[in-house]
Amino acid sequence: MLVEALIAVPLVGAAVVAVAPNEYAERLALGVSAVPLVGSLYMYLAFDGSGNALLGGDVAYETFFEWLTLGPYAVNYHVGLDGVSLPLVVMTTVLTTLSILSAWTPIDDRQRQFYGLMLFMEAALVGVFAALDFLLWFVFWEAVLVPMYFLIGVWGGPRRKYAAIKFFVYTNIASLVMFIGFFALVFGLGDAVGSTGLPEIAQALRAGQLGALGLPGTGAAIPADVLALSAFVAMFVGFAVKVPVVPFHTWLPDAHVEAPTPASVMLAGVLLKMGTYALLRFNFTMLPEQATTLAVPIAAVAVVSVIYGALLALAQSDLKRIVAYSSVSSMGYVILGLVAYSYYGVGGATFQMIAHGLISGLLFMTVGVFYNATHTRMVGDMSGLADRMPVTASVFVAGAFAYMGLPLMAGFAAELFIFLGAFRSTVLPAAPLFTAAAMFGIVVVAGYLLWAMQRSLFGPFRLETDYDVGRAPVHDVAAIVTLVGLIVLLGTAPELLYDMMSDATIDVVEMGGELP
Amino acid sequence: MSRHWLVLAPAGAFLAAALALFVIDAVDRDSTNPTVLSAVATAGGVVAAAASAVLLLSNAATLPAELFGGQLVVDGTSLIFTFIFGSVTALVSLASLDYTRGLPFRAEYYLLVTLAATGMSLMASANSLAVVFVALELSSLPSYALVAYLKHNRGSVEAALKYFLVGALSSSILLYGISLVYAATGSLLFADVASAAGEAAATYPGVLGVGILLVLGGVAFKTASVPFHFWAPAAYEGAPAPVAAFLSSASKAAGFVVAFRVFVVAFPIDAVANPSTYAVDWVLAFTVLAVLTMTIGNFAAATQEEVKRMLAYSSIGHAGYVLMGLAALTGVGGVDAESTALGASMLHLLVYGFMNTGAFLFIALGEHWELGRTFEAYNGLAEDAPVACVAMTVFMFSLAGLPVGGGFLSKYFLVVGAIGAGVWWLGAVLAVNSALSLFYYSRVVKAMWIEAPADDREIEGYPPALYAAIVTAAVVTVLLLPGLAVFDGAAFDAAAALL
Repeated sequence: MLVEALIAVPLVGAAVVAVAPNEYAERLALGVSAVPLVGSLYMYLAFDGSGNALLGGDVAYETFFEWLTLGPYAVNYHVGLDGVSLPLVVMTTVLTTLSILSAWTPIDDRQRQFYGLMLFMEAALVGVFAALDFLLWFVFWEAVLVPMYFLIGVWGGPRRKYAAIKFFVYTNIASLVMFIGFFALVFGLGDAVGSTGLPEIAQALRAGQLGALGLPGTGAAIPADVLALSAFVAMFVGFAVKVPVVPFHTWLPDAHVEAPTPASVMLAGVLLKMGTYALLRFNFTMLPEQATTLAVPIAAVAVVSVIYGALLALAQSDLKRIVAYSSVSSMGYVILGLVAYSYYGVGGATFQMIAHGLISGLLFMTVGVFYNATHTRMVGDMSGLADRMPVTASVFVAGAFAYMGLPLMAGFAAELFIFLGAFRSTVLPAAPLFTAAAMFGIVVVAGYLLWAMQRSLFGPFRLETDYDVGRAPVHDVAAIVTLVGLIVLLGTAPELLYDMMSDATIDVVEMGGELP
Repeated sequence: MSRHWLVLAPAGAFLAAALALFVIDAVDRDSTNPTVLSAVATAGGVVAAAASAVLLLSNAATLPAELFGGQLVVDGTSLIFTFIFGSVTALVSLASLDYTRGLPFRAEYYLLVTLAATGMSLMASANSLAVVFVALELSSLPSYALVAYLKHNRGSVEAALKYFLVGALSSSILLYGISLVYAATGSLLFADVASAAGEAAATYPGVLGVGILLVLGGVAFKTASVPFHFWAPAAYEGAPAPVAAFLSSASKAAGFVVAFRVFVVAFPIDAVANPSTYAVDWVLAFTVLAVLTMTIGNFAAATQEEVKRMLAYSSIGHAGYVLMGLAALTGVGGVDAESTALGASMLHLLVYGFMNTGAFLFIALGEHWELGRTFEAYNGLAEDAPVACVAMTVFMFSLAGLPVGGGFLSKYFLVVGAIGAGVWWLGAVLAVNSALSLFYYSRVVKAMWIEAPADDREIEGYPPALYAAIVTAAVVTVLLLPGLAVFDGAAFDAAAALL
């Protein structure tokens, strides 16, 4: 019942916060969000699952009961956590609490609605990572969009209306494409599955029970291999929009730049991970053969995302845009790790989801703190901020180095795993070449981050606006320092999460790795 | 023949409420106590809905039960629909307490609502073409008067006149169709028509075929399906908003239950569209209607500048989704797939009864506050009326098929039903239309929450009964996401029993 509590507490809390007076909303929301935070940490400590939830592993904190019956398919309420989903749940609760803290300064309008939506989103996100039934998962998946639409549309920057609707339309159409692809698979399985449960479908697919999908009325049928391949592509495209992967990334800079800081943190930290998590769970766990067949184009897309995202970041002068485009680059590494289908590749991709969630969250928060003080995000408008805001500036430096992959920080561990895994991949042709090309992305990352830091943080203090710049409020500093602590902790002791991740992903890899 | 009079309790509740309102009106001619009037009508709806739910979900009565020599039948289908009528009647009657404040003839208003509901519950149980026609008139005549309720408002009167003229024409078309069917088959009882249909299709294919097509035309008018939909936006726009809610939710559902029963039971597709005995392929006709209705309804809705007209066209679009239940009866997928498709149509009407009624009641709230008709009129309303705007957001997203309400599940059921029945491309048309609909539904949401409010707007009070109805509709819409499990088995069983 712990997962249900983790969903119910923020959900009820959201309703309470939404009707609370605006003055108390922020503290109330922080208090509410502390409950799932503590709960998820307890669940981490008491975790007793093993193996992959979709491939017959021991699922922790499992709940199962019948919900609906629809023709031949039972739709069940089925939730549970394994070594892939538990770290993501913990990251969700951590980042939600910290983003609520980081919202105290910038959000000064309609607070109760804002914090209510943040908590609602937390509940939906936990649901996404915990759901083990497709329809239940889809309900949470879509429910995440609604609060994010409002967070961008109401509290965003000048072009918020455009950004909000673009985000909403892009991701909804993507969901539709993915939904059609997945259901083609379910129908193709025919009598082999009796429910929309993800474990059942995943195991049936891996057991090769996919048959041809007949098109009644026409007498024609889609052969199983064509069906699997087109479903793989449909799902990949659907999730790629969420990740986002070049060329489906164009919604991201708009959404990120216009979103208020706390929403950017959640968007980069957690919402993008929904895409990679779904890729791992659906495409790479359920259809390993198709993933192997398409390894080269997928790896190419991943490398293009890494390089092109980094180059786009290099071309920006808005700090927030720099961080936003660098997310495209970092998520490319996740795709590369997944398609490598090796022990370190898939494990590292999973680890990178957490590492990037924390690091990009940190950078967005720090940029937000700068913006609260200076009211500008343009690199050219400010310099010498380190003089006035020494703690925030050093945190930004730490975050930037984490992004570049400085040893002893989470980003280093994640990228190292991915490169190791990708380099040795047995299923990806020319794996060393792809890996080397992706590594080049690091150089560009270092380039734009060092350049941005040098111009905005160091040198003599100068600001093009009329604001009095002083030290950041304690709660803002507390939030970013906590994140730095977590990044260093995971960088020095990656086994805290990596052990359970690799335990859960090894089954995925074994199957893929055996293929030629 | 079993005589379980108990099974008429839902229709009886409507009738009792109507008679009680007659008595109250006779005693208190000036309607000095409108709360009592609203309470009686609301209670009638609640009792009817509750009785239907109990009869449907428990085994309190043997179903199906035939009454009056087989003229009426009470089965799962009729109970699901009386549940919808009861719920909508209760919500509309509750909301009308505030909406009709200060207006004359309030007793008559509730009386007409309950009488129309009585007619609808008879339509749901009609087992012969004669009863269909009588029940249809019993529900239509009060509806014409209700649309004209604001009799000093030109829009209201004009809408009523259009609605009446088109309605009268469609009634006569239906009646002519019935007479042709009678001429070809020699009976009005559905069961007898069905057994004679095969022979009639062989002997008088033209007479039977035209008769069936004319009945289809009459039903298409009632359900506002393209190309017989022109009256609907005009009538819904001019009518008082609670009446528009009643017509677009309950009256439309009543048209569908007639369509389901008449076509599935009385005109078996095997008999009337058999290569050897071919009269007319009504499944094909419904397929064309479904595609046209959902596509044209949605595209028209997307181009509207007034919220009420947008809702009117969106309700046409939803009629197209429901028609898929009949278009799926191709015989390809087998009984299981067909009962899934037809049951999904019933479930969609059930969810729709709450989300669409709620949306129109929100418009009633806007009319109460005299906000104006356009999308812009609702700009920034969330700051003044957050609760109502949350409810409207739920309605809009649920209508669009986002999983915040039952609308997601019922659309999903429709798609699965269509795919199973072999008309997978209809499911694809629904999916595309549904994605398009998000565009115009989210315009309302955007206006309420994201746009800056108008400066000179003043909200005068928060009408409690109207609010209660809107919030109830929103809560039920949300609860139907997990809670559709209560009804899904009953709906699929009911559909299977019809087939």
